[in-house]
This record gives sequence, C-alpha cells and structure tokens, in this order.
Amino acid sequence: MGKFHPNVDKYVVSRVRALESILRDKGLLAPDAVDRIVERYESDTGPMAGARAVARAWSNPTYRQRLLTNSTAALADLGLDYDSLVVVENTPQVHNLVVCTLCSCYPWPVLGLPPNWYKSPAYRSRAVSEPRALLRELGLEIPDGREIRVWDSSAEMRYMVLPIRPGGTDGLHEDQLIPLVTRDAMIGVAEVATPGRA
Amino acid sequence: MDGVHDLGGMHGFGPVIREAGEPVFHAPWEATVVALMRSARANGVFNIDEFRHAIERMPPARYLSATYYERWLEAVATLAIEKGLTTAEELERRSERPESSRDTRRRTPTTEPAAVQSAPGAPDAVVSPTSSFRPETSAPRFNAGDAIVTIRARPKGHTRLPRYARGKRGRVHAYRGFQVFPDASAHGRGENPQPLYSVRFEGDELWGDSGEPSQAVYLDLWESYLLPAR
Repeated sequence: MGKFHPNVDKYVVSRVRALESILRDKGLLAPDAVDRIVERYESDTGPMAGARAVARAWSNPTYRQRLLTNSTAALADLGLDYDSLVVVENTPQVHNLVVCTLCSCYPWPVLGLPPNWYKSPAYRSRAVSEPRALLRELGLEIPDGREIRVWDSSAEMRYMVLPIRPGGTDGLHEDQLIPLVTRDAMIGVAEVATPGRA
Repeated sequence: MDGVHDLGGMHGFGPVIREAGEPVFHAPWEATVVALMRSARANGVFNIDEFRHAIERMPPARYLSATYYERWLEAVATLAIEKGLTTAEELERRSERPESSRDTRRRTPTTEPAAVQSAPGAPDAVVSPTSSFRPETSAPRFNAGDAIVTIRARPKGHTRLPRYARGKRGRVHAYRGFQVFPDASAHGRGENPQPLYSVRFEGDELWGDSGEPSQAVYLDLWESYLLPAR
C-alpha cells in the first residue's frame, strides 16, 4: 500500500468480509454489486465524461452556454442522467476551485472517484482559506488580480470547472481535445496545457 | 456537530501530496465497501445524511488516521448495528473468523436480493446517484443579490453550515431549488425540504486580515441557516 495507505491491516479486510456476508444474508447485497461498482468506476466513468463535456463546450458555443446554465440537459446529450451538477467557467479574470470541507463530495458521475489528495485534511482545510498559496504549491500561479472562487460543496450540489481552452488548439476538433482535459483541471488545481508544452 | 470533520480553515495538516498514477481503488476491499454502502442505501437501510453523520461520529483521532474507505467501512458498520441488521458481537465474531464468514457467503440468502436489482431500463440504484431535489412547497424567501448573515448555531447533530461560515455576512448568488434538509434527515426527523441557495462570502469576511486578495467562497446553504442583512 505504501505511504498512501499506512493503516490498512488484515482486520479491515476481515471486517469488510464480515459486513459483506451479513448484508448478503439479509438479501441487501446483489451477487454482482461489487462487480458493477468496479466496472463502473474502473472502466466506464473516470474523468472521461467530464472531459467530453468540456471538449464539446470548447467546440460549440451553444453547448457551452447550455452546460453552464442547464447542465442536466447538456449532460443528457452525452447520455448522462445527473441533475445536481453546476459547471463554473474559468476566464482570464476568474479562476474556480472545487472542494468539500465537511466530507469529500465530488461529482462522481462526471469525474469518477475522487483522488486521495482531494479527500485529505490538508486539501480540505486549506482550499477555502489559502487557495492561492495551495495552488502555488501545486504548481499553479494565480496572480493577485485574478479572482479565485472556491466552491465548497456543502449540499448535494456538485461542481466541475470548465477550464480555459489552451492556445495552439484552434485546428483541433472535439475528439482531439478530449485527451487534453485533465481531472485536475476540472477540479481547478491545474490549467489545461497547450499540447506539447506540458 | 463541531467535529474534526469540519476542516475548513484549520491549520497544521501540511502540504497536499498527490500520488502519481493513483489507481481507482488501492485494494479490492475498497470497491466492496463502496458496493456495501451503495447497496445498503439503495435498500433504504440508511440515507446519505445518516451515513455522513455516522462518519462524523467517529472518535476524532480515528477519523484523522483512517483512510477514506476505512471511514466508510466504520460508518456502514455503525449503521448496520444501529439499524438492527447485526450486533456488535456478531460483527466482531464474524470479523475474527474470516473462514466462517467466507462459508456464509456461499450460503443461499434467506431472502431474494430483489430490491437491489434494478428494473429493466431503470437507472441502476447501486451505481447511480439519487436526487435530493423535492417539489417546492413555498416561495423562496431570498432572491439572488440579497444580503444575508448566517446564523450562529452550534448544533450537536449533523449540519452543513461549517464553523468558518457561521455568523458571517454574504450575498445570495443563486437559488438552487428545494432540497432535503440534512440536519433533519440525518436524525430521523423526515426530509423537511427547504429552499437551498448558493451564497457568496468574501475572503476578508471569512478570514479577516489573514485572507488572500480577491478571493471568495461559495457555499450551498439552506434557508433556515440564513437571516436577512442590510
């Protein structure tokens, strides 16, 4: 497990197995529930759904407007059924950052499962109170004149950042833009780099 | 509740460390925990707010030292006991004897797991999120642009008004619709849906002289957290 999982011991695994058997005995756990979770998050979702929405918004102004004002309809175009997403747009004047200080709320249907750092006390404590210093540590410099808006996901609403389309991508079509869009950019801890200039 | 889970603005947790090439799950048991939680929820064993509050009730030192899915495991275990699915003794016994629990996995369930099987064409409740929106039963009290001040409550139970934003002045950014009120729902007091608003707080209102320049925090807050301000 390494330094990212120092505490896991055999007891945890056997406790999981015990709870699994209890729920199964009560008929509360379908035989394929675990497989479906693994399939959904290890292959289906990932940050790909979010990246598709971003790439389409960059390519199509009408879609961009819809993603920002009615994300449910915009996501339905991509085959996603999700009514709780708010998409916030980065501009030269405004940078957006997403966090959940009370737990680790995250837009799973569009970004997949959250990375560990997003769930860490360090990120959750600092994102609201010192976002500029935090982003600088993560390699993203936001000048004082550019406003930082931190979205602390305190309800069932979820947030995703629409990053700025990088320069040097004018000739690229939607499918070519998708792989440029990173999970970190849609959380707001990175910007999308010009291809070949990471 | 004013627990260690309410981390916004705290000091001392050090730098944010990103793991390169992080896998979706670090071990197979983590996926199992997600399946246990989702299945129990989909079957009405507990709701999302009870689940979150069960995590918050972990002893503070354990909360901070546990990994994310270890917290989920503890919350599912706590609620499985409190909701009468098992007892602490049975859970302990089955955990200490993994062989016997492995045997029980092969046993035919006493009831059919029909509730977790989705109807054809319906969203899969185990992998899809459920909506917390509810029909409007009254007009929202505030409009976008209204000045508000948050209440200075210190509830012992579950709340979504973090410590750093209590008694603070802000401005309504947007109305988000009627949503289940977690402070009630976490404690068996029904859904009690209320208007939910996105509220903007300026950095200097929240952090005073320690704040950074041109910074704002947006929080989604229920109507009963808000009072009109001038």
